[in-house]
Amino acid sequence: MLSKDEIAKRIAKEVKDGYYVNLGIGIPTLVANHIPEGIEVEFQSENGVLGMGPFPYEGEEDADVINAGKQTITTLPGASFFDSATSFSMIRGQHVDLTILGAMEVAENGDIANWKIPGKMVKGMGGAMDLVASAENIIVAMMHTNKRGESKLLKKCSLPLTGVGCVKKVVTNLAVLEVTGEGFKLLERAPGVSIEEIENATGGMLVVEGDIPEMHID
Amino acid sequence: MINKRVVSVSEALQGVSDGMTFMLGGFGLCGIPENAIAELVRLGVKNVTCISNNAGVDDFGLGLLLQGRQIKKMVSSYVGENDEFERQMLSGELAVELIPQGTLAERCRAAQAGFPAFYTPAGFGTEVAEGKETREFDGKMYVLERAFDADFAFVKAWKGDEAGNLVFKGTARNFNPNMCGAAKITVAEVEELHPVGALDPDQIHIPGIFVQRIFQGTNYEKRIEQLTVRSK
Repeated sequence: MLSKDEIAKRIAKEVKDGYYVNLGIGIPTLVANHIPEGIEVEFQSENGVLGMGPFPYEGEEDADVINAGKQTITTLPGASFFDSATSFSMIRGQHVDLTILGAMEVAENGDIANWKIPGKMVKGMGGAMDLVASAENIIVAMMHTNKRGESKLLKKCSLPLTGVGCVKKVVTNLAVLEVTGEGFKLLERAPGVSIEEIENATGGMLVVEGDIPEMHID
Repeated sequence: MINKRVVSVSEALQGVSDGMTFMLGGFGLCGIPENAIAELVRLGVKNVTCISNNAGVDDFGLGLLLQGRQIKKMVSSYVGENDEFERQMLSGELAVELIPQGTLAERCRAAQAGFPAFYTPAGFGTEVAEGKETREFDGKMYVLERAFDADFAFVKAWKGDEAGNLVFKGTARNFNPNMCGAAKITVAEVEELHPVGALDPDQIHIPGIFVQRIFQGTNYEKRIEQLTVRSK
């Protein structure tokens, strides 16, 4: 079973040279720490920065330079700042190559829910609805089950949707899965995790074809 | 030169009254019009609608207006950091319209640019699209969203001049430029107010035509919401 950081590490392998990448809050943020040597990418943050760098050194933080999680950040050479409408022109106009975000639920048809639990938690969708409606390449990073042990990979989402039919790939602590339209196609298993364990933790249809390799995370 | 300079925040907010709709720039607490918000608290205007990406935190930003129960309705994309907000929303005291962040920005820009409405794919098939016109273009579905209609836009810039030209800094830019000229009256507060001619025309982010009033802000706190650093 993978840790959250290892999920990020596995997803980092999906990032290709020359990509502009938008990272959501939570596990996706960790992906930035694992981009392989020799791969040049630029991170976009929807609050208006392209070319995000690491956190600032203590004492060098600038209240005017933050990411979408409201954390203080730095910028790398070649970075740019822009307004929110321009930021979403990059997203809606499909200029961002890869979107990695978290989810509360994903359905086997690619629907995603991650912004609201009726009566309990209403924080809002932020930029997630714009991202999932437009991005060609969306990877969801999440735990396979919720805190109560219930599957987050479902036949149909029970929570209010963020977007319909948009998720292409899901990386969890147990598996890498592709959303095919006919169910979650199992691509890779986390080290030491059996197909049966993945089946038991998956609420939607799990498609298993041939040998399923263990994933490499190093 | 058409002089947009006003001497004080109270002069800048002349005409503000109960029941109005305001736009406020900022992302979290970054780039918020701190002086205008403090003045709205002092004036005690009630039943206002605020269009702002976030709702501040409990004791700063728009959280200050929430504390005084001055806000009737919030139009935002994300409201996660404010307990009082959540309490008022769940109890029904506060009306809240949550909309996608890109749609929020574009509804500002549409108002600025003279478009009554636009189609966006964001929110199609979700509760955000309920009751709205939808349409297919080239095999993909879109939702019709309307331009905002606001009385005042309160924005914050880094530098400005007496002609109302604005320059922003870092990610404090965010929604501020999109809100300029998107309401009947745009009030800009700046950290540095310069005489005309001091700013390079090539470096202006927002031309003064979109700004009706500009004033020198004071006592900026620029609070950091999530201080994250690494060690040397």
